Amino acid sequence: MSSIGTGYDLSVTTFSPDGRVFQIEYASKAVDNSGTAVGIKCRDGIVMGVEKLIASKMMLPGSNRRIHSVYRHAGMAVAGLAADGRQIVARAKSEARSYESVYGDAVPVKELSERVASYVHLCTLYWWLRPFGCGVILGGYDRDGPQLYMIEPSGISYKYFGAAIGKGKQAAKTEIEKLKLSEMTCREGVIEVAKIIYKLHDEAKDKAFELEMSWICEESKREHQKVPEDLLEEAKTAAKTALEEMDAD
Amino acid sequence: MTFTIPIDNGDALKNAEADSQRTLYPYVTGTSIVAIKYKDGVLMASDMGGSYGSTLRYKNIERMQAIGKHSLLGASGEISDFQEILRYLDELVLNDNMWDDGNSLGPKEVHNYLTRVMYNRRNKFNPLWNTLVLGGVKNGESYLGMVSMIGVSFEDNHVATGFGNHLARPILRDEWRADLSFEEGVKLLEKCMRVLLYRDRSAINKLQIAKITEEGVTVSQPYSLKTFWEFSAFHNPTAGAQGSW
Repeated sequence: MSSIGTGYDLSVTTFSPDGRVFQIEYASKAVDNSGTAVGIKCRDGIVMGVEKLIASKMMLPGSNRRIHSVYRHAGMAVAGLAADGRQIVARAKSEARSYESVYGDAVPVKELSERVASYVHLCTLYWWLRPFGCGVILGGYDRDGPQLYMIEPSGISYKYFGAAIGKGKQAAKTEIEKLKLSEMTCREGVIEVAKIIYKLHDEAKDKAFELEMSWICEESKREHQKVPEDLLEEAKTAAKTALEEMDAD
Repeated sequence: MTFTIPIDNGDALKNAEADSQRTLYPYVTGTSIVAIKYKDGVLMASDMGGSYGSTLRYKNIERMQAIGKHSLLGASGEISDFQEILRYLDELVLNDNMWDDGNSLGPKEVHNYLTRVMYNRRNKFNPLWNTLVLGGVKNGESYLGMVSMIGVSFEDNHVATGFGNHLARPILRDEWRADLSFEEGVKLLEKCMRVLLYRDRSAINKLQIAKITEEGVTVSQPYSLKTFWEFSAFHNPTAGAQGSW
């Protein structure tokens, strides 16, 4: 799918003759090269998981967080350039805070995704700014129930019941489509997401990875938090067993 | 008590530093808070009244609120300033929670933050017109402190605000012990609140008692104290008031 922009790809304010903005497409490539992030909308909430590729054996487990809380009822999983991701999360936190300050209520997830998307889009409009090199999966729980949005470097934001970004996104999407999400609870969803991430992790290409997962559901009192330790361990064991069964075939 | 400074700053609309931007007088105020450390943590009592000058206007104001997992804040003085402080603390606690790193703000940290806020406002001659009581328990250690509107801040085994300083603290100095049980602590606080009810004209007979222990914060439902008015001197109150006309 590689096309050479030759000449039309030097600036984000240049269109190519066939109507593409190459800089934005190159920004998406940065996302495609990072560890996979997956989000699903279950019956009673959202589950998000990230395949955190470990760059160095000397890194402490639990550091380098890829999933961040944005206000009480929403969280973001980031894929792509980590520093760009930090900026987007900071902006989302600030937007959520300012909404609450003005309107007195927690920001609806749709509104938050629109604000974040328009901020990401902003950085594709001027030649002195570069587009963000990261995509974001935003999950939240408001009056309209659990919702999942994905925001790409182009500034597009759509609502999903299952989303994946990063290296293994194609494989992840195939797996997600097999799940019956409308009947699944978040507890079950956590196990499924762990299985998916373990499955699409390529042992040959990337050595070690750490699984980071979060949820927002009735059990977490509609607040975004890390999946509890015991459930996370249960999910990891189930995922490893499923992998062994697959290899045994 | 007025807080005016005789400087004419001009039109409030055009001049950012003009007088109307500063707190000059309190309008809706809460009366005393009384708090003690006890065996398992901290107990705090307050009534639910908001006075508008000498009128007991609002009778359902909760002047104590939990802050995060470990602390309880009680306030006397201007209610709107208390609500503003709660907004600041809400932001503080939210940002602390979003780190999601297993740490949480303890009572000592919250007390320090409040001291900074109150003192800095005082230095700008724009105080938050409150006396705050901050109690909490973290890692088994009980904490009880106070901050006034001019930024005076300290910790003690028992604190009170406003009239409570004059009426409740003498009782506490005599009868407080470090190993009070929950029931004994509540009885002691009720004794203080009853005296305040008799003698503080801005007190109302509807109070709440809050308890903070390692497990967390609970604020009781509002209830009333039994009072006794059958003193013989009250039977014929005008007996000693015979005048010459």
